[in-house]
Parts: sequence; structure tokens; C-alpha cells
Amino acid sequence: MRYVIIGAGVAGYAAIEAIRSVDRVGEIIMISDDPHGYYSRPGLAYYLTGELQDKALYPRTLEDYKKIKFSFHKCRVTRILRSEHALEIEGKPRLTYDKLLIAVGARALPLKVPGSKLEGVVKLDHLTDAKNILKLAKSGKTAVVVGGGITALELTEGLLARGMKVHYLLRGDRYWSNVLDQRESKVVEGRLQAEGVDLHYHTELKEIVGKKNRVSAILLENGQTIKCDMLAYAIGIHPCLELVQNTDLNVDRGILVDEHLQTNDPDIYAAGDVAQVFDPLSGRAVLDSLWNPAREQGQVAGMNMAGRKTAYLKSAPFNVTRLAGLTTTIIGTVGRGRDEDIVGIARGDSETWRDMPDAIAAQSGFDINHMRLMIGEKTLIGAIVMGDQTLSWPLQKMIAGGADISPIREKLMEPEAPVADLIADFWIKWREKVSL
Amino acid sequence: MSFLNIFKSDANRRTALYSGHVVPDSARCVQCGICTYNCPIGIDVRAHVWRDEAVKNSECLTCGECVARCPRGVLRFVQTDLFERRGA
Ligand SMILES: Cc1cc2nc3c(=O)[nH]c(=O)nc-3n(C[C@H](O)[C@H](O)[C@H](O)COP(=O)(O)OP(=O)(O)OC[C@H]3O[C@@H](n4cnc5c(N)ncnc54)[C@H](O)[C@@H]3O)c2cc1C
Ligand code: SF4
Ligand code: SF4
Repeated sequence: MRYVIIGAGVAGYAAIEAIRSVDRVGEIIMISDDPHGYYSRPGLAYYLTGELQDKALYPRTLEDYKKIKFSFHKCRVTRILRSEHALEIEGKPRLTYDKLLIAVGARALPLKVPGSKLEGVVKLDHLTDAKNILKLAKSGKTAVVVGGGITALELTEGLLARGMKVHYLLRGDRYWSNVLDQRESKVVEGRLQAEGVDLHYHTELKEIVGKKNRVSAILLENGQTIKCDMLAYAIGIHPCLELVQNTDLNVDRGILVDEHLQTNDPDIYAAGDVAQVFDPLSGRAVLDSLWNPAREQGQVAGMNMAGRKTAYLKSAPFNVTRLAGLTTTIIGTVGRGRDEDIVGIARGDSETWRDMPDAIAAQSGFDINHMRLMIGEKTLIGAIVMGDQTLSWPLQKMIAGGADISPIREKLMEPEAPVADLIADFWIKWREKVSL
Repeated sequence: MSFLNIFKSDANRRTALYSGHVVPDSARCVQCGICTYNCPIGIDVRAHVWRDEAVKNSECLTCGECVARCPRGVLRFVQTDLFERRGA
């Protein structure tokens, strides 16, 4: 049996571990066009700030790989030939497979303004991008960041930490408006400003101007010019679908798979950022761009590929991140509508966060310790916890477990309700009941 | 104070120096490696988290470096004696 995995991200790696746990002898081949192989992509943000060195981004050593027994090929797959069970690979002979996993991830949406190809226009997808940013930051003084979501802030913080002056352009009147509420956006913006970031609201990038093929300034729609040496963008991502064009695999915005991560071809699976996975709870197929779901999907795909039927159960999506230095956990559904700074979904994001049914928000805390709950008819639907994280784990479990909060629902919604205390007391009782 | 300094001062403020285990909430982890990178005695904390295991390495100094530096609140201390009293 030959298993072929395209993509060296967490989905691909988790699939390999899962296959090996079931099939001790089958041949496993991983192919990736990223010269750096498997590393932590969210960790790139901390590499930019200098909290980590690049060597620390690799979760596994060569020794670990040897133990699992698989071969790794640094190359690019250009075509899937389904009827022949084979792959076309750049500069290499064809490779046949028995079971195939497509785990090619998602990539930054390109900027479309004039000047986007100049040196100094950067994004943060891969380790190669991060290294390029660090190289440019050494000689650069001023950077402009456009876009939204977590990646735009990670770029901002990374460039600040490298001593650059940063201008952050926002199309609308606040940061991440479809996930954060007004007050939360203001908290983040205030912290950015305190760090010396210049925020420009209601601005639209018109053109990037270059000198000797390098960024020298940007032009805004309102006629303003900002001199800079770097333009960093994070305007959203899109699943890498080039490989599945003309294959007759079912595709919507990602590769469509059932709860076994199987495509409409029984020998081809997809997992991670590229997969649009059927969610039995909502009855829809959804995209995520989150590390842990990618890992879980890879695992489930691997089990199924090796013949052990396993279903993927999507849990309430959540992400923990640092927004302008504030640890922030986003659980379940917390926002509504769209953010003008992002197209589609951004990284570290899940579409479920914007699917807001009728829910009421209850809040507690101050700038640095802040909690917002989305309260449904009987359950908590979502929560944002900024700063102190004591309650984020309980909230995560209660939201995922569909805890019936009827006994405290009314109290939670009273003005000036002691939300944190109510939640903490409720959690202690609920936890015992479900024996967590 | 820069964002990073806020973060570092947290690391300095840690107090938990009792005998305990570092316990992960693995679903929060993104395998960034900050914990392993900062462990003064080179315990691969990240690998424990991947396997959803507590760090029960007898060499762990319970210094709290990994707990305080993890940017995602993955790690916490669970006191050993508390554990034992409950018979867990
Ligand atoms: C800067 C940054 C910050 C992030 N922050 C967070 C966060 O805070 N929280 C969170 O949960 N998630 C975050 N994410 C998202 C998270 O990293 C992804 O969800 C996860 O990495 C997806 O894993 P994957 O295996 O599906 O794909 P990827 O990690 O994208 O891996 C895809 C692989 O496929 C390879 N590939 C693509 N096309 C081909 C081809 N034709 N031939 C061969 N190989 C190919 C690529 O080179 C790559 O190795 C972040 C990502 C980035 C980049
Ligand atoms: S520092 Fe935290 S998120 Fe990073 S690898 Fe360690 S436990 Fe995981
Ligand atoms: S507590 Fe200290 S010694 Fe123990 S694993 Fe964490 S960093 Fe290492």
C-alpha cells in the first residue's frame, strides 16, 4: 500500500502519524514545495518578534521522522491524474498512489494594486516570507501594513519589535469589526497607538510607488502619500485549489469532503485549510483556518486512509491569540457581518464566528480583563476573553458541551451583572455534573 | 513598555514554585516551540503537549518559565500533592 501526502503542514504530518499507528508497513511519501518542510506556521509571528529563533519552529527532529518511517520529497505536484492513480511532479517522474491526501493549505490573497510586485511588498505565509521580512527590516525604517485579522497585527507587532515605524491602514472605522465589538476594537487600537503605531482609518491603498524596483512610498485613494520601505499585507487567504482544477473532484470554496475527510473519489482525501468539511451539526460544509482543526482533520483522514473508519466531529471553533500584547480567546460565535479589511476568511479564523443567530451579549471587566458572552436561548453560543484567561477554559468546555445555562441566564443579562462570578459558580457545578 | 516587555514582566512575576506538574490544554497549542525554547534544562515541553501529556520529568525544576511564556495559555501548574490527595 502506498500512501501519498501532498503538503508538509500540520494536517499532512498528523495524517502520517495516524497512518503509522494503524499500518506499520505501508509506504508513506510526503511531498511539499516548502523547502523548510514541517514547522509551526503560527510560530512565525513569534519568530518575527524575536521571541524564537527559526530552529525552534520545527516540532520534530530527523530522528523522530526516522522512527515513523516515511520519505520526504521537496518538490511541487502539478497535476493529479485520477484515472491513473498518479501525480505529475515538477522535474520528476510520475508517482503513483493507492491513497492520496491533499493537504496543501491556504495562501494569502494577492494584492491587486499597481506596484504589488515591487521588492518590499511582503506577506506572511511561509518561513521564507518571514526570513525575507526580517532581511528587509534590517535596512528599512518605515512600514505600512494593510489588511485585518490576526496576521495584520502579527505583522505590525513583528515590524515594531524590529524597530520599524509602522502605519496601519484600516478601510473602516475600527479593527476586526466582524469578530470584535466596538469596545474590544478600541482596546486593541489604543494599545497599538501607545506603541507608536499610526492608525489611518477609512483609507484605501491606491498604488505602491517604487524606486529602482523597491518600495519607496504608497499612494492612498484620498490623495495622501506615505513614504515607506515596506508594504506588508494580510487581506485574507484562499485555499490552494490549483491542483484540483480539471479533476472533477467536488469543490466549492475549498475541496468538499464528508465527515471522513473523503472527497468524491474514494481514494482521495483532503484535510486542513484546503478542505471544506461537512459539519453534521450545522448541516453545512465550512472552511476553517485553524491549527488544531487542521491537526484533527489530518488525523482523521489518516485513520480512514489506513482503513480505520473514523468520523471527524467539528467542535466549537476557538482560537487563542495575542492582540497587541493581550492574550485573547475567541470561542464559538461572537460576531456578525463582514470586515472591510478582509476578503473571505483570514488566518486563525473560522466562518462560524460570524454566523450569529439571535444572541445577546453580556459583558464584564475592564480594558485589560474583558469578557463578552454571546447568550442563546438556553446555551452559551460564543465568548471572547481578553487578558486574564482564568475563565476561558471553562467557557470553552461549556460552549462545546452545550451546557444548559437556563438557571443563570436571567441573572447574566441583568445590567451590571457579576458575569465572571456567575460563570465561575455555574462552571463548578456543571463540571461536577458532567464529570470533567 | 513594549508588548514584549509586558509579556516578559509576566514571566518574572511568576510565583508558583511548589512541587507540581506542568499540564497542557493541548487543543490551544500551535506547536510554536516557545516553551521548549525557554526551558532552562531542555525539556521538550512542546512534544509533551502534542501527545497531551503532563510534564512528569523528574528533572523539571517547576521554574514556570514554559507556563509563563506560552503565548496561548496552554500550560498550567497542577500541584502534585493536591493531585495525590485526590488520588488522581
Ligand atoms: C502567520 C500565521 C499565523 C497563524 N496564526 C494562527 C493562529 O493564531 N491560530 C491558529 O489556529 N492558526 C493560525 N494559523 C493558521 C494555521 O497555521 C493553519 O490553519 C495550519 O497551518 C493549516 O495547516 P495545513 O496542514 O492545512 O496547511 P499548511 O500549513 O498551509 O501546509 C500546506 C503545505 O502544502 C504545501 N503545498 C501547497 N501546494 C503544493 C503543491 N502543489 N505541491 C507540493 N506541496 C504543496 C505547502 O508548501 C505546505 O507545506 C496561522 C498561519 C500563519 C501563516
Ligand atoms: S509555547 Fe504554548 S503554544 Fe507554543 S508550543 Fe509551547 S505550549 Fe504550544
Ligand atoms: S517548569 Fe521550567 S523546567 Fe519544568 S518544563 Fe517548564 S521550563 Fe522546563
